[in-house]
Amino acid sequence: MRPRLSEKGSIDMIKKFTLSALTVLALTFSAGVATAEEDSKIEDIDFSFEGPFGTYDQMQLQRGLQVYTESCAACHGLKFVPIRTLSDPGGPQLPVEQMRAYTAQLSVDDISSNLNLWDPETEELRALTPSDKFPANNSVNAPDLSLMTKARAAFRGPYGTGINQLFKGIGGPEYVVGILTGYTGEEKEEAGVTYYENHVFPGGWIAMPPPLYGDDVEYIDGSSTELEAEAEDIASFLTWTAEPKMMARKKMGFVAVSLLILLSSLLYLTNKRIWAPVKGKKTA
Amino acid sequence: MSGIPHDHYEPKTGAEKWLHKRLPIVALLHSTLTIPTPKNLNWMWIWGIVLAFTLVMQIATGITLVMHYTPQVDLAFSSVEHIMRNVNGGWAIRYIHANGASLFFLAVYMHIFRGLYYGSYKSPREITWIIGMLIYLMMMGTAFMGYVLPWGQMSFWGATVITGLFGAIPLIGEPIQTWLLGGPAVDNATLNRFFSLHYLLPFVIVGLVVIHIWAFHTTGNSNPTGVEVRRTSKKEAAADTLPFWPYFVIKDFFALVVILVVFFAVVGFMPNYLGHPDNYIEANALATPAHIVPEWYFLPFYAILRAFTADVWVVQIASFVTGGIVDAKFFGVLAMFGAIAVMAMAPWLDTSSTRSGKYRPMFKWWFALLAIDFVVLTWVGARPTEGIYPYISLIGAAYWFGYFLVILPLLGIIEKPLPLPETIEADFNAHHPKDASDASAAE
Repeated sequence: MRPRLSEKGSIDMIKKFTLSALTVLALTFSAGVATAEEDSKIEDIDFSFEGPFGTYDQMQLQRGLQVYTESCAACHGLKFVPIRTLSDPGGPQLPVEQMRAYTAQLSVDDISSNLNLWDPETEELRALTPSDKFPANNSVNAPDLSLMTKARAAFRGPYGTGINQLFKGIGGPEYVVGILTGYTGEEKEEAGVTYYENHVFPGGWIAMPPPLYGDDVEYIDGSSTELEAEAEDIASFLTWTAEPKMMARKKMGFVAVSLLILLSSLLYLTNKRIWAPVKGKKTA
Repeated sequence: MSGIPHDHYEPKTGAEKWLHKRLPIVALLHSTLTIPTPKNLNWMWIWGIVLAFTLVMQIATGITLVMHYTPQVDLAFSSVEHIMRNVNGGWAIRYIHANGASLFFLAVYMHIFRGLYYGSYKSPREITWIIGMLIYLMMMGTAFMGYVLPWGQMSFWGATVITGLFGAIPLIGEPIQTWLLGGPAVDNATLNRFFSLHYLLPFVIVGLVVIHIWAFHTTGNSNPTGVEVRRTSKKEAAADTLPFWPYFVIKDFFALVVILVVFFAVVGFMPNYLGHPDNYIEANALATPAHIVPEWYFLPFYAILRAFTADVWVVQIASFVTGGIVDAKFFGVLAMFGAIAVMAMAPWLDTSSTRSGKYRPMFKWWFALLAIDFVVLTWVGARPTEGIYPYISLIGAAYWFGYFLVILPLLGIIEKPLPLPETIEADFNAHHPKDASDASAAE
């Protein structure tokens, strides 16, 4: 039918191959690089929120909130997270009454980092309200945790290829679990500061004393309070604080992708039909 | 528009005539939409529409983001978090905008490499090519400054490294760098001017795009054969072309929507895939990130920048000849801008009279190598400068210059091109042989 098919085909193939290779490789490699070295120490965890269909486990987020409140909040702030969002859909979804009660018992440990709450009349910090954010906390220079799981990449897809980030995420939550469970028990002192050996932390020595040992909290839902389970709970909660709109985002992704596939099918048929007379084909 | 003979708009009703006499805007729209387009265009000719769409998308989402963003060093990072958490749909707009930059560059690289393969840059389309290169430069400037605005660690340190390139210019470099930054280091003044320019440049790009389109509407589109549309009569022109509407509009829209399926899958399911985790840490002038890596679309040229270290002989010669004025750093900067400059000069460096790479048996291998070279440079641009990587960068950079400065001029002389099809019509019919039995029906 087409006399020059083989020749033309091979040229087209080279062309298509080089161009698609260009794209795929460029995207894959560039994203897969920076943190490849640290991959091996951190294990992949099958979190409920990973993958295109992944969702937050509401109860796990509530447990994580409890761990944060009882163990982390003394040193770490969540300064970008509005307290009211604890009741938002797609999150821990505390009942509003419970969220208000939670707000009322929150205390501000680091006054100088929360001067937006300063009331010049009483010369004290005013009480927190649900529309405030969680207090910042720089009392011992511990990093804010609001975005921690997005600011760390334990792996860009487990083994450097990058594209499986679609199913595994970037490993931020795994990094958090890794740090919390990665203590070896060794300590050293340098210039008056105690460092704790942690095989996940870059450099191997971290200034944070082991924050969790297991059985640090008592869950009302009776879940496991083993170290690993607590670490996964807090990592899930911190994934929500970093990406509170994830559920809405994935839903939008599905609606957009589905509608666009539908539209592309219609356009494909339209295009075929329009071109048929020009290409000398019969239309149905 | 002048050029390919075709039917022009004729005002018919009284109102149309009245308007046409005063402002022939309907005629302009009509001639833009019905422009005769070579009917053998393949799927690589769809990227222009993708680019036009992306430009509009970026401007629309960008204007919305500006309504909620604060360009001030203490507030910028938290205002982005405000967009992500409190603004209705803010997370969607921001993720579309951030990933839109990647779509923009993916499309522009496809568009440029299509032009390089099919010789779209050759006479009479040099102006279209040069305007396109200017658009590409503007895009790079816009994207770079946009990446600074969230004021994360990579924003800050990327800005520090890239503006440092200007500091490499001998003698006047440091005053220029200070002038660009508005101070001795990246700070509030830098953020403010980058914000201002990030808002301005897209509109400059819109203007350049209009000229880009005007230019190729005057010369007519190129096409996969490189054979020009016959202009001797309306009948012959009509045999080579089809009007832009509906044939190419629908085809381009179909391709655009397929690309948007992938785009929205990325936005919906892995919006931070192409970003860098360090940019979710607020900018801190006292803590340098372990690896400062530019966005993926800058990596090929970043690799060329880093390829020319002080131990490379051309750098040593340049340094010796100029009495040390051109050092390795400045040489790298010159090489990076030179890499784009030689590409812009392609219309005058390519000596072959055959336009399309399809009919150039030697050229197409060298071109394939250039495409691979581009991928390799992208990859090596993100690797640390140690071990074997600097050598790969250097070989990649050398081939990039070799292709434009040596291979393109030489090939035109030594290569024997294949015979071209007589006309676009003949090429099209060879691909779509009309069945004898229903040829009459199709007529």
